Amino acid sequence: MAKVTKIVKSITIDADKCNGCKACEVICSSWHATPRYSSNNPARSRIRIVRLPLRDIYLPVYAGEYTESECTGRDKYIIDGKEYNECDFCRASCPSRDLFHEPDSGLPLKCDMCEETPALAQPKCVEWCHAEALIYVEREEEVEEDKQPKLGDIEIGLGSMIDKFGLQQVLDTVARMAKP
Amino acid sequence: MRYGEIGFDLEVDLSRGSIDRVDTDPNDTRLYLGGLGTNAKIMWDRVPAETEAFSPDNLLIFSSGLLCGTAAPGSNRTIVSTISPQTKLMAYSMMGGFFAPELKYAGYDKIIISGKSEELVYLWINNDKVEIRDASHLKGLGATETSEAIRKELKDPDIQVAAIGLAGENRVFYASIEQGRSSASRGGIGAVMGDKGLKAVAVRGTKDINVADPAKYMELCDDVLKYIKYRADHPIKGVPPILQGLGSPQEMAIVDEEWHTTNFTWGNSRTRRKDFWTHEIEQKWKETQENVRTRLISCHNCPMKCGATISVPGLPTYMMKCYSKLTYTMAAFSDLDFGFKIAQKATEYGVDGFSAPQAMAFGLELLEAGILTLEDFPGMPEDTEGRFYYLLEKIVRREGIGDFLADGTYWAARRIGKGAEKYDHNTIKKHEQLPLKLGMLNPVYYLMYSTGEKINITQIEGQFPQEPFATRELREEFVKDWFQVPDEKFKKYYVDWEPRGEMSNPYYPTVEASCEIVDWMEKMHYIDDALGMCAGLSSFPLKPPYHIHNYPEFVTAATGIKMNKDDVWKSATRTRTLMRALNVRRGMRRADDRPPDDHWRKRFPDLEKQLLDQYYKLKGFNEQGIPTRESLHDLEMDFVAEEFEQKGIYNNG
Repeated sequence: MAKVTKIVKSITIDADKCNGCKACEVICSSWHATPRYSSNNPARSRIRIVRLPLRDIYLPVYAGEYTESECTGRDKYIIDGKEYNECDFCRASCPSRDLFHEPDSGLPLKCDMCEETPALAQPKCVEWCHAEALIYVEREEEVEEDKQPKLGDIEIGLGSMIDKFGLQQVLDTVARMAKP
Repeated sequence: MRYGEIGFDLEVDLSRGSIDRVDTDPNDTRLYLGGLGTNAKIMWDRVPAETEAFSPDNLLIFSSGLLCGTAAPGSNRTIVSTISPQTKLMAYSMMGGFFAPELKYAGYDKIIISGKSEELVYLWINNDKVEIRDASHLKGLGATETSEAIRKELKDPDIQVAAIGLAGENRVFYASIEQGRSSASRGGIGAVMGDKGLKAVAVRGTKDINVADPAKYMELCDDVLKYIKYRADHPIKGVPPILQGLGSPQEMAIVDEEWHTTNFTWGNSRTRRKDFWTHEIEQKWKETQENVRTRLISCHNCPMKCGATISVPGLPTYMMKCYSKLTYTMAAFSDLDFGFKIAQKATEYGVDGFSAPQAMAFGLELLEAGILTLEDFPGMPEDTEGRFYYLLEKIVRREGIGDFLADGTYWAARRIGKGAEKYDHNTIKKHEQLPLKLGMLNPVYYLMYSTGEKINITQIEGQFPQEPFATRELREEFVKDWFQVPDEKFKKYYVDWEPRGEMSNPYYPTVEASCEIVDWMEKMHYIDDALGMCAGLSSFPLKPPYHIHNYPEFVTAATGIKMNKDDVWKSATRTRTLMRALNVRRGMRRADDRPPDDHWRKRFPDLEKQLLDQYYKLKGFNEQGIPTRESLHDLEMDFVAEEFEQKGIYNNG
């Protein structure tokens, strides 16, 4: 396969600097609201802070891939004397937790780096993080050319509906709803 | 659909065990905005003058503000209102943290609690599902312990909990409601919660909060964030370090405590130690603070870091903000290490950081004076620190002398008698004040201390510098970028104000100017308390990001209710007047509007009379401090005037 140079967008998370204000959750859910900024709701945010103040745990986590089944990860990590669940670091929108699912529909959420045209200088959560716990980093990477079309929100959502109810039932429902 | 606010309150009657979701009148939003404003209206309508603090008919209202939970940075305050057992007036104490936004995410603007439960219970609000749950297993637990226990039993670390400790359960008159890094401490609202048999309120919400004009609203929010950054890079020179930036005074970040330790008083608000702050103390306190402070932390959606996680070796972790690190330290003539240690216990027990140490120092002063004897303190240790711990335990359990001191210095002095009254020297309207004793009367502060309905100076001051800078050039420099002023004349008042001479305290600012300055400062607090905005980004610090020029735009864009500067100003006037009316109905009059007698050494009775007269006139009050028929009519509050007339309040003075 052909190699292409691609800009990879990433966020460095300096958890030591997070002060747990949730501004990232507010602005993320606000940016992704329809119409834009019309509402906010951290439960719809694609970044969530694992926030346990008395244990001094502040861990911003981004929503990653949707997965239809839960994993076996039940390990504990102890870092600087603080105990974390393996789960705390995981980006997946998975069936074993509420995290990164729309609270009403249950549909999965995924961070899209606030992509739009023209591009923002940085994702909104980074812009709103005055604590500088979230640092936007762009780097060039040589990757194999990806011919697969990128899945949009609707495809990801429908995929999860199909996983749950089966293709036929989703088709029937869509057909029924499409009728005037 | 309603914007900014939710449009629903939760009514909980603990006597009957009933829970109702009720819709609210949008016209009240136009009139009172929300938060404290609408709380005051509910208190006026539903809590008659005769109702005592510990009556089932007293209400305990947990309210969000109009902007709480929206994207506006710092809009996170919970405004708790009830009748105070200590002042017997309406208490409104507030807390930051995460509670109010969570309440709105759950789908409510307020929780209005009435009645009394016979058994200890807690309230669990999970979106549409609301339960009154047994709390017998939480009895006697600390406030932080309670919150953790509830999160554990409901298996959700993101639940926000407001809880009382032992002090609230035992109805200590200055018991607080604690909520993680924040607390609503003033006025004894925790005692009312305890009296109602309510150990905690737990809330979790996953719904949307909507705004009416999204693009405009976000533009306003972004401007605020930019200005916060600008102010971080441009601290105000010439004022103490803790007052140079935004937020609460930065007590957790900054260790330089020269200003507090040398200007504020020690013990039972008695002694000034002008030479206290030395290089050795600074080194020692720096080490203490940095050793126990794990992390600086924020409230919901706020870039400031006014709080801290405190882990004293050998003690459970707790969270602290602002000045309580010094109140115990200074009341006990001790050091910062002691302050951090005793504050851990005091936070778990849930007591107010101003009143509690003052009451303890007062008790020990009575012992020294021979009014109390060692027999009143059986088993008390010899050392002062030990004595403070001993008294804290006695107070929160209302044991022995603790039962007296648990009522605060005013009531304790009167119950003890034998001349104890003159040791209660630092209260206003029966409520303990910041420990501060000064020389020359400051006319602006005289008015704020005398008339503030919150009865707490930090909740009325701000915006206008506490002192003039030394030279006219410095003052001119200061006013250059002072766009927050509601009117250009305030710049002149400040520039003309001199540290000494004719144009200085107490005769300058003039009587008229002093009243206008106070009017501006208190109006901003009333607006904040209605919107649920933290005073630390608005009414308290110098040159804040929120001010009278952008607030109307925020309100309009959030709610869709078109309001200009005059409308917002008038709404704040309305709430301020209604607060006064509530307290007038409960018996408050001109004679109560006074600072502690010894607050300033140099007093000016004629000038003070002029100041109060002019302030009342500006506010539309009569010479007794009662809102007049005309001013009430102008504010669309004829219902207040009618009741005053019915009760003969205008006739009897």
